[in-house]
Amino acid sequence: MIAPQVLNEWYPVAMASQIRAGQRRLTQLLGDPITVEVQDCAIVVTGQGGALRVTEAFGHVWACPGTPAHPLFPIPEALETGRRLVDVGVVRVKCSPLRAVENFLDIAHFPFVHTDVLGAEPHTEVNRYEVNIRADSDEVWATKVTFYQPQAAKSAEGGIVTQYMYRVPAPTAAVLYKTCPARPDAWDVIGIFVQPLSEELCDVWPWMALYDDTTPQAELIAFQQMIFLQDRSILENQIPRLLPLDPGMEVPTQADLTSIAYRRWLKKRGLTYGAQMVAA
Amino acid sequence: MIRLYDYVLSASCYKIRLMAALLGVKLKHEAVDFHPGRAHKSVEFARLNPAGTLPVLVDGDLILTESTAMLVYLAQLLGRDWLAPSDPKSAAQVQHWLAFSGRLAASLGMARLHDMLLYEGNIDAWRAQGHAALRELEAALSERRFAGGVWLVGDAPSIADIACFPNVALSQDGGVSLDAYPSVRLWTRAVRALDRFVEMPGIHRLHELHPAPEVV
Repeated sequence: MIAPQVLNEWYPVAMASQIRAGQRRLTQLLGDPITVEVQDCAIVVTGQGGALRVTEAFGHVWACPGTPAHPLFPIPEALETGRRLVDVGVVRVKCSPLRAVENFLDIAHFPFVHTDVLGAEPHTEVNRYEVNIRADSDEVWATKVTFYQPQAAKSAEGGIVTQYMYRVPAPTAAVLYKTCPARPDAWDVIGIFVQPLSEELCDVWPWMALYDDTTPQAELIAFQQMIFLQDRSILENQIPRLLPLDPGMEVPTQADLTSIAYRRWLKKRGLTYGAQMVAA
Repeated sequence: MIRLYDYVLSASCYKIRLMAALLGVKLKHEAVDFHPGRAHKSVEFARLNPAGTLPVLVDGDLILTESTAMLVYLAQLLGRDWLAPSDPKSAAQVQHWLAFSGRLAASLGMARLHDMLLYEGNIDAWRAQGHAALRELEAALSERRFAGGVWLVGDAPSIADIACFPNVALSQDGGVSLDAYPSVRLWTRAVRALDRFVEMPGIHRLHELHPAPEVV
């Protein structure tokens, strides 16, 4: 039995452009089979109990299997002129959807998993940063995050200290804002939209809204896929497979502030699909 | 400059990137949107490679579309040590492993595309064929170890090793574990320990072989 809080959230289920191009996607959401397709010019998501609530945003199709508790979160930057919106495409990962989000929020692994790209030894220290739950939007935010990066983006030339902000606006979606090498006054925006197929299997859709007028699209996609696929083999080997929400086996450190806030936020809101409630 | 039409997650493209890195040669990379764009199946790409496959290597008027042919070309051109000895037995064994690498791509490689990028097909058959190929590789590499060898052919790494390495090292991506193949695992370690080795997503470098970072 899946909790109503879980059913009443929005989840990504397809890349909108592929469905609009006529693709019919037979997939799964929270363990149940669904179909995503175009019917009479509209994108329709059908589950076992009939049509699901659908919305289209940030290049993707989002569905709510219950009664939406709220509209889909906004990403205002997606509407700014001059940004390149990049659909990176789906990657399947054998892990809890919540673990996929948590990994996206983690900075400490950069030098070891994304070596010489997003981090490098000996620059492994995660400086202090701030985390809070914003009262107006009920989102987890991490701010004032800084990290030394040898190649922060496709458009970066050489190492820079990158500034980050992280945001969790939905149980299986996260958005980061990072220093834009091409426009120091603006943030590059990268999202990770996770479709929970089951509690231990997910389809992950990275997405970007960048200021970069020069890099070919295929290179932007390749860069982000390279980063995410470096994470995939780590994610598939994390134990326990479900994300533990009770403090037990795992001892967090100062660097894990965002992860701790995310776990508490999930627990408080009863968003426990893909989570483990009792320490193993 | 030699150009490589490349996709970052492709095991076959990585074969060529790895070979070039080991030979110390820089290639000009042309990124192809294989996923999600399927640009390798486009009409424009068919003019370059009618088979619609990656990688493609272009050097002047030479266009190569088979990764094993590219390995031969790069080694002939830039590092003949990588061709293994030219006696009849060794030369034939190199050809064996170059062809065998195609079986790895058709089994382990397809299982990986299935599990990772949602390719449709018979996953159980791909994994079973992958295990069958790994058993053969394990047997061959064990024989080599008993004889004091490390590499597939001869006393030094060759294009045979580079051809087989990527899909083996990435087998876990397709749900095929190397736990049952200790000689294979040791051999993948030997490849990763090579001077000028480069990684790809899913194949990690051997951090412990690098100089210890300064204590900060």
